[in-house]
Amino acid sequence: MPSTREIRQRIRSVKNTAKITKAMQMVASSKMRRAQERVEQARPFADQIRELVSRLATAASNGNEDLAEDLVLLKQRPVRNIGIVLISPDRGLCGALPSNINRQAALTARNESRRLSEQGGSPNVEYVAVGRKGRDFVVRSELDMIAEFTNYGDRPGIGDATAIAQVAVDAFLKGEVDVVYLVYAKFVNTVTQTPVTVQLLPVQPPEKKEGDEPEGKASEYIYEPDEQTIFKALLPRYVDILVYQALLEAVASQQSAQMVAMKNATDNANDLIQDLTLTYNKVRQAAITTQILEVVAGAEAL
Amino acid sequence: MATRNTLHVEVVTAEHELYNGEAEIVDAPGADGQLGILPEHAPLLALLGPGPLQIKLHGNDSIFFVSGGFLEVSNDRVTILADTAEQAEEIDEARAQAARRQAEERLQDAQSRTERAELQAALMRALSRLKVVEIARRSGRVR
Repeated sequence: MPSTREIRQRIRSVKNTAKITKAMQMVASSKMRRAQERVEQARPFADQIRELVSRLATAASNGNEDLAEDLVLLKQRPVRNIGIVLISPDRGLCGALPSNINRQAALTARNESRRLSEQGGSPNVEYVAVGRKGRDFVVRSELDMIAEFTNYGDRPGIGDATAIAQVAVDAFLKGEVDVVYLVYAKFVNTVTQTPVTVQLLPVQPPEKKEGDEPEGKASEYIYEPDEQTIFKALLPRYVDILVYQALLEAVASQQSAQMVAMKNATDNANDLIQDLTLTYNKVRQAAITTQILEVVAGAEAL
Repeated sequence: MATRNTLHVEVVTAEHELYNGEAEIVDAPGADGQLGILPEHAPLLALLGPGPLQIKLHGNDSIFFVSGGFLEVSNDRVTILADTAEQAEEIDEARAQAARRQAEERLQDAQSRTERAELQAALMRALSRLKVVEIARRSGRVR
C-alpha cells in the first residue's frame, strides 16, 4: 500500500495533466472551427474553377485536338513511376491520425505498384512529404523523397499550396513521375477523418453534375485572348486549388483529431483522479483505524 | 430572361470572397487590355492581367487590385477568380512605390531574359497597384 503522501502527490500531478489536456482540447476546438471556416471560404473559388475545368475538358475532348495536344497536364501516359503527395500533420498529440494517413499512403503505393508490376513494370514511388509526421514516416521507411514541406502551420495560405503543387507539376513534366496521387485526411465531421487518395496529375476533369448547363453551351463562349491561353493558365491553378483544399481539410482534420484525443486524455485523467481519491480515502481511513487501535491498546496496557 | 439593368458580381480568391453583389458596370483588367462589362454581355471567358478592377453601382464604386486570374460572364453573372486581390484601401502606397523603384533599378542591369521578364511583371504589378490607389483617390474614397 502506498502512503497517503505518495497518493496525494499522484493526484496533484494527474490534476495538472488534466488541466493541460483540457486547455489543449479547447484550443484545438477553436482552431478546428476556424479551419472549417477557411474550408468554407475556399469553396466558391474551388467550385467555379472546377466548373471551368470541366468545361475545358469537354471542349478538349470534342474534337479540338490542338487543344488536347497542348494541355500536357491533362494527358494520360503509360505509368512507369508514381508520385505521392503525402499531407500529414506537423504536430502529434492527435491520436491515430498520422499513422492512419501514413498507412493510407503506403497502401496506395503498394496497390499501385502491384497493379503495375502485373503489367510488367517495375515502378518507383517518389514521395513529396508535407508535414513533419509524413516526412518522418518517409525517412524512417527509407522511401524516395522528392521534396519535403514542414511547418505549414495552422493557417496554410494559397502560397504554401502553390509551392507544393509546383514541385509535383515539375516532377510530372520532367517525366520523373507519370501519375501523382494526393493523400490526405478528409474532414468528415468532428469525430471522423477519413484518409483519402485522389489523383492530382494528370488532371482528371471533374464530372459534370446532374442539372448542370446543357452540353454544347461551351462553344458559345467568347474567349479572350483565346481558348488555349486560358486553359493553359487554368490547369496549373486548378492543381494549386486541389492541393490548397487538401491542405485546409488536413488542418481541420488534425485539429479535430487533436480535440478528440485531448478530450479522451482529460476524461482518462479524471477517471484516474477518482480512482486515486478513493484509494487515498481508504488508505487514510486504514491509517486512522490503526492509530486508534494503537491508542486503545496502549490505554488498556496501562 | 427578363431584361435586367444590373449584373451580379462575385469576386473570389482562393482564400476568401471579396465581393458578392450587384453592379451596373464591371471594368476588369484583361490580359490584353481593360474589359468593360455591361448587363446582357455575351458569355465570355477571359484571362486577367495585373490591374485595377472597378465595380460600379449607382456611383458607389468598389475598386480592387487583382494580380491576375479569370473572368467569366454568363447570364448577367460575372465571376472573377483572382489569383490575389486587394481592396484599394488595403494597398500600401509607399510599399508599391518602393517596389516600383526597386524593379526599375534592377531592370537597368538585368541580364537574363527570364530575370527581365520577372522584373517586368513585378514592375507591372507595382504600377497597377499605384494606379488603383490613383483611381480610388480621384473618386474621393481614399485619404
